[in-house]
Amino acid sequence: MPNPSTGETQFISPSGMIKVKVDGKDLEAPRTMPDPISGKPLPTTMIQACALAHVDVPHYCYHPKLPVAGNCRMCLVEFATPALGPDRKPLMKPDGTPKVTRSPRPAIACATPISPGVEIYTNTPAVKQMREAVLEFLLINHPLDCPICDQAGECKLQEYSVDYGKSDSRFVEPKVHKPKRVDLGPRIVLDDERCILCTRCIRFTKDVVGDDALGIVSRGSYSTLTAYPGRTFDNNYTLNTVDICPVGALTSKDFRFQMRVWFLKETKNVCASCATGCNIIIGSREGKVYRFEPRENDAVNSNWMCDYGRLNYKWIGQADRLRQVQSPKSKVQSPKSNGQARNVQVTAERLLLSGQGSIWKSVIAEISTKLGQIPPGSAAIIASARQTNEELYLLSKLAKKLGALTDSVPRTGEGDKLLLNSDRNPNSLGARLTGIAADPMGSNLPKIADGIRSGKIKTLIVFGEDVTKHGISTELLAKLETLIVSGILPNETTRLAQYLLPGCAHAEKRGTFTNSKGRVQKFLKAVEPPGDARPEWEFLHELVFAVAGQDGFATIEGLFNQMAQDVPAFKGLTWAGLGDTGITVPV
Amino acid sequence: MIIPRKKLNLWERLYLPAIIGGFKITLRHFFRKKVTMQYPEERWVVPDGYRGAPYLVEDQDKRIKCVSCQLCEFVCPPKAIRIVPPGPSGAPDVGNVEKAPREFEIDMLRCIFCGFCQEVCPEEAIFLMQDYSLTGTTRQEMIYNKEKLLALGGVHQDNIRKWKKKAEEAKAQKVPP
Repeated sequence: MPNPSTGETQFISPSGMIKVKVDGKDLEAPRTMPDPISGKPLPTTMIQACALAHVDVPHYCYHPKLPVAGNCRMCLVEFATPALGPDRKPLMKPDGTPKVTRSPRPAIACATPISPGVEIYTNTPAVKQMREAVLEFLLINHPLDCPICDQAGECKLQEYSVDYGKSDSRFVEPKVHKPKRVDLGPRIVLDDERCILCTRCIRFTKDVVGDDALGIVSRGSYSTLTAYPGRTFDNNYTLNTVDICPVGALTSKDFRFQMRVWFLKETKNVCASCATGCNIIIGSREGKVYRFEPRENDAVNSNWMCDYGRLNYKWIGQADRLRQVQSPKSKVQSPKSNGQARNVQVTAERLLLSGQGSIWKSVIAEISTKLGQIPPGSAAIIASARQTNEELYLLSKLAKKLGALTDSVPRTGEGDKLLLNSDRNPNSLGARLTGIAADPMGSNLPKIADGIRSGKIKTLIVFGEDVTKHGISTELLAKLETLIVSGILPNETTRLAQYLLPGCAHAEKRGTFTNSKGRVQKFLKAVEPPGDARPEWEFLHELVFAVAGQDGFATIEGLFNQMAQDVPAFKGLTWAGLGDTGITVPV
Repeated sequence: MIIPRKKLNLWERLYLPAIIGGFKITLRHFFRKKVTMQYPEERWVVPDGYRGAPYLVEDQDKRIKCVSCQLCEFVCPPKAIRIVPPGPSGAPDVGNVEKAPREFEIDMLRCIFCGFCQEVCPEEAIFLMQDYSLTGTTRQEMIYNKEKLLALGGVHQDNIRKWKKKAEEAKAQKVPP
């Protein structure tokens, strides 16, 4: 509480905010900010005030989502406090501004709380000298092997050396050498020489994950990061330490020596490995996905993601991806030997040259004619809760027109208390809200199987699932008159399909997922799909238009906005309004 | 502006003296040193420091100096360079260097001999050498791969040998490299 006797009131706004100055700029900062781990209010620190004032203070050990350690000394700043007279009232300059006393010593901005009226200086000559000196010390034993270091390009030591460091070294003694290529765990390699001992990884794994696996042994220049004896660093969140490591000490075995980071195109996307829907950045180059990284979203995943989701991307570039549209006509000439396969490939490529659209156009026309002739109730749709809201919405429109029984396939696994959800479908909620999934999900699958068995259901539309693993055997599929399948990877169902429509991974199209808490999040396209494959919503839109005769939108923005009008749960949403981090809808 | 045409005098109007003067110059060149060459049998010897085609070099220990940092690939204006990094296992046979390119290609049809790759290389692994006329009968032939570039580049006498020095330093401190 402001103490009137010390004259603090003058530096506190009516709303209780503290008035401070950062590099001469006036700023009102809250008295406390929540602790990143426990959420308890903690006094606002200088570095937080500087962030509010959009002033960059270089730092290594400080991380906004971790407890403060204050060991790197990079964030040293100078500051001044209001000067008080004998009556404990702030002294004023003749021009009416408060007089301040410069502190004789600097302070680390990450661990020093702000006080009313404090003035922070981040670019005085003394601060610059201090940064230079800190960097000189950090570089004493650093191996400077940037050419072979995976962190090069996103390394804080590199960046700050350029921004604040000296260009030369006065150090002539041999550097202290430490173990390189230390196998910390199944996904992490440690290079101890590069480590600057900021302890971010230690704090992350101890305080965020709750797995106290890492520590520092030895002293002084010989301090070495290591896993506790006899333990491996193998929890499901280890790769986040690679992200927060400011240097190249912790590297991902998966991404190690694969591609330099400056080549990677960064696309905002959403992880599709479970119902949490962690926000991610896809790093891709020339149509190849190289890595997933978490993207900050405090409403969903903070700055983290699990290793399971992060490494679940290799299937996107798999060689056996479905890339050709198939219809009964093309199946007649279906190849058996390799030589013929090549011929078919050549034919398909020629078709591609004549315009990808032509083969899709004829197949969509064929399917829509077929679907237009079948009696109502004789079709069923098995969608996937890995599809986007828009696709499921289009399928629900199709189902309404055909009077079809619909469902999607549940997919569960072991969850944890941090991010990994036991529901491994990214869009289960979307499937429920659009009316595709039965309640509970999967309960319509036996009914569909019975329908096929009794001959009532003659047409089956399957999207992105292998139904032979979910109670609809190959014999049942053979009984169908028409089997329309869209998929990404080949499986038993796609092999039996009469019409095969190759679809796209979430990295290859745009769309939205609704996560387990009802947050609708959009994702963008990172790479091109292979071969004929097209985003499902694109050809579904054409199909629905041809079958149901309802005109829709040929753009994802328009389609989403139309869905928001039609589906009550999404009322009021717009594609543009979703922003980068999504909007939570009440469920 | 009108320039008045100067009237020619008698000597100039005679015509033949000027022709003879011209022939004299022509004849004098018959007895001078030839400047043309029987290209391609004869080749121009380029001066030191000439910047021709870029090739890769090895050091005295036959280690490929390139560590596939891909800075040349990044800086190359015509995008002639293509590097495949070694992948997670690294390059086991190069000791503490850890990395070496799995594949290194320069498309000599694209290369403009600008020398940016040599300038940007932190390892002194690529040099513009003296070759200025590269020919081939197919486009594929003009894409030089790692083996070809190394064969053409030869050995570079490296006086610094920083990686070897590092390994020796670590060994002296009894730290596994």
